[in-house]
Amino acid sequence: MIITFLMSAIAIGTVLLFGCIGETITEKAGHLNLGIPGIMCTGTVGGCLFVSLYMNGLENPESASWLLLILSSLFGAFLFASLTAAIYAVITITFRCNQNITGLAITIFGNGLTQFLMHSYVDKSNFSTAGKIIAKSLPFAENAGGVVKVLFGHGFYVYFAILIALIATFIFNRTKVGLNLRAIGENTATADAMGVNITLYKYVAILVGGGIAGFGGVFYIMDYVKGSWENAATIEAFGWLAIALVIFTLWKPNISIIGSYLFGALYIAAFVFGNISFSGREILKMLPYVITIIVLIVTSMMNKKENQPPQNLGLNYFREER
Amino acid sequence: MEKTVILQLKNITKRFGSKVIANNNVSLDVYKGEILSILGENGCGKTTLMNMIAGIYYPDSGKILINGEEVIIRSPRDAFEHKIGMIHQHFKLIDIFTAAQNVALGIENEKYNLKEVNNRIKEMAEKYGFNINLDKKIYEMSVSEKQTVEILKVLYRGADILILDEPTAVLTPQEIRSLFKVLKAMRDDGKSIIIITHKLNEVMEISDRVTVLRKGERIATVNTTETSEKELTEMMVGEKIDLNINRTEPVDTKLRLSVSGLTVKNSDGYKVVDNVSFEAFGGEILGIAGIAGSGQKELLEAIAGLNNYDSGTLIYYHPKKDKPVSFYHKTYKRVMELANENAFKDSNGNDIKFDKLTKKEIKNLVNEEKILFKEDEVIDLKNKTPREIRELGIRLSFVPEDRLGMGLVGSMSIIDNMMLRSYRKGKSLFLDRKTPSDLADRIISELEVNTPDSHTAVRKLSGGNVQKVLVGREIAAAPAILMTAYPVRGLDINSSYTIYNLLNEQKQKGVSVIFVGEDLDVLMALSDRILVLSGGKISGIVDARTTTKDEIGLLMVKSDKNEVTE
Repeated sequence: MIITFLMSAIAIGTVLLFGCIGETITEKAGHLNLGIPGIMCTGTVGGCLFVSLYMNGLENPESASWLLLILSSLFGAFLFASLTAAIYAVITITFRCNQNITGLAITIFGNGLTQFLMHSYVDKSNFSTAGKIIAKSLPFAENAGGVVKVLFGHGFYVYFAILIALIATFIFNRTKVGLNLRAIGENTATADAMGVNITLYKYVAILVGGGIAGFGGVFYIMDYVKGSWENAATIEAFGWLAIALVIFTLWKPNISIIGSYLFGALYIAAFVFGNISFSGREILKMLPYVITIIVLIVTSMMNKKENQPPQNLGLNYFREER
Repeated sequence: MEKTVILQLKNITKRFGSKVIANNNVSLDVYKGEILSILGENGCGKTTLMNMIAGIYYPDSGKILINGEEVIIRSPRDAFEHKIGMIHQHFKLIDIFTAAQNVALGIENEKYNLKEVNNRIKEMAEKYGFNINLDKKIYEMSVSEKQTVEILKVLYRGADILILDEPTAVLTPQEIRSLFKVLKAMRDDGKSIIIITHKLNEVMEISDRVTVLRKGERIATVNTTETSEKELTEMMVGEKIDLNINRTEPVDTKLRLSVSGLTVKNSDGYKVVDNVSFEAFGGEILGIAGIAGSGQKELLEAIAGLNNYDSGTLIYYHPKKDKPVSFYHKTYKRVMELANENAFKDSNGNDIKFDKLTKKEIKNLVNEEKILFKEDEVIDLKNKTPREIRELGIRLSFVPEDRLGMGLVGSMSIIDNMMLRSYRKGKSLFLDRKTPSDLADRIISELEVNTPDSHTAVRKLSGGNVQKVLVGREIAAAPAILMTAYPVRGLDINSSYTIYNLLNEQKQKGVSVIFVGEDLDVLMALSDRILVLSGGKISGIVDARTTTKDEIGLLMVKSDKNEVTE
């Protein structure tokens, strides 16, 4: 049972990790995107739609190629998620509307749209076949047990998430693009004065961040629950957890790898250990948020500047306003 | 030695809106390898002029020439391309970055390699004698270190013309000395340096030439060796203008406020108000003169309780003589304490013997207002909350540069803004809207506020009308001390006079008015005494009726010369 628990913790953690990296990138550009839960939903429907388009084009769905399935799910998720994020970007960057309200609206909209499209327009007939193929792990780990299974027994997406987290860390800390992006989140006016193209950076960060978050949803449906699409409704809850996770990991994608697995473990413990009472289960599910609050209090008490949120987070920028 | 002209301004004019002319037909030459000071009072257009060279503003007319060729500078990036860099008064730095990261920010066409950047910074630091710790983050740095990073940023981009906006304003004398050393090293290296300043002794010490601006126009450019502080002051402040303000002799003056040894430090630990002592009397207007940022704001805020002060005492003489004591401000216990200090008398002027009375009798006497103060009550303002201080009758109306920053809420109506000061007085569950509404109407009609009605959001009014609302509200509370800072900032002449007359009326009513102003002519025509602040210290208190503009001007720019030059 401990193996199942760890496997599930990593899987749920991966959903959160995608959302968390996406939100972190967005927040580094000074935008608090509360639309991430909704964006993860639309990413799900996008991925599912492209998977079903590909599967329906085949004569024998069983013969579907692993690579093309992965690519079509990635592409669909990124496309739909970043399009949803684009709505948020236009409203907050170009029209400078309140970020919180816009984000909440996007979440409500994204969730509703996803339910609607999933029920009415996406052909779900081949999902369980596709799910099995997408979830395939490396051959040697498939029937292994113990540590090997926990470390290597996952599908492509789990390792893809770790890769993205590491790449994001590298970009933030080691490249000019990362330096400029962080400068925007910290002090937009200064970055502007130094000649950084604020609007471009913000758009790219929000679109890419949204797109990455979208992977989380499609991974959950296609890989973790092996194509049982009715679970799409829970994705919004993961989105909120992902936003909490950003705070927990102090806006650092490399820490978020560990953080997300911890959150995943706390979330899933209630389901795996069936002998826990109902109230005990609900308390377990609350723990990630409690921990987040504690982390917030501790970091703001320590008052170390590097661990604070980007200073201009949530503020829209208008050059002529002083 | 023959010098080459590197930068030329020709007939530059810049307007803000239709009324305000910031720069009018200004021409200027800057030579290679010199330090040029731009000298002038607040609001004379020094910074605006320099901002046009640095690409922050664009001139309405006139030309900028670099090395004899006309150039167009539309953004800071354009300025960098022409090798011009400006170090602003408010630093533009990212707090959590190191010096190298801040320097590398926004630079294109160069590989991102912090080691390389650090090496080049080290080279520059050695060349010009900077002192910098490359491992520190900006937020761990002192003000002068931050300034160093700003200068490095500009040098790294290859600037040959450096503009520094009030570089010494926030530095200690030691830091100023090392800054000057660096500036001289850069000048000897062939860079041209323009310093915006109003400190005469620094001008004399550092610059090769001085350009004086007054009211947006260039008055003169002179060689430093051929001029004197006195001559420069005269050019800076100009002739005395006769203002027709009806100033009455102060009558029946009583001590209201006694400040002694007041020191306020800002968050950097820098003394913004330094050992200030003075007294303010009822029935007179005490003017406070000084260059902007000399501690006026902090001084007033400390008195109003909005700012913590580090040492010193503030004693307030509450005008209670012959007035009854009440339980509204005093508890029974405090009344008994005051009685033991023999502070009370009855309506016939006789001492009251409390020891013969029961508690109930004393309470009745107080409630019937039969117990009067013998003298003004002496109150130490330490540990009083801003609200308590306000209720004691010390009112502050501060007009900040953005006008709406303090005191008024822009999106609320005039009535609601009146209510901000009165809602606590309500006794019922619901707000009393009648009284503030009447007050708003009274202010609108008496001060001729130009507004559709009293329900209009304050933000929609013009600047002058906003200020009338603010000052009007504070006056309506019948204060004992009225502190007002820059009440006529940005106002046309008629509105200004309305405000001056208001202040004069208050003075005649026995209020102690403290007036912080920018325009020396007005200060001299309105005040009875003028206190001059320079760098947070009092450099002099003069009689407004006999002083001259030169005297105040010199006091305003007086600083501890010996410390800088030694």
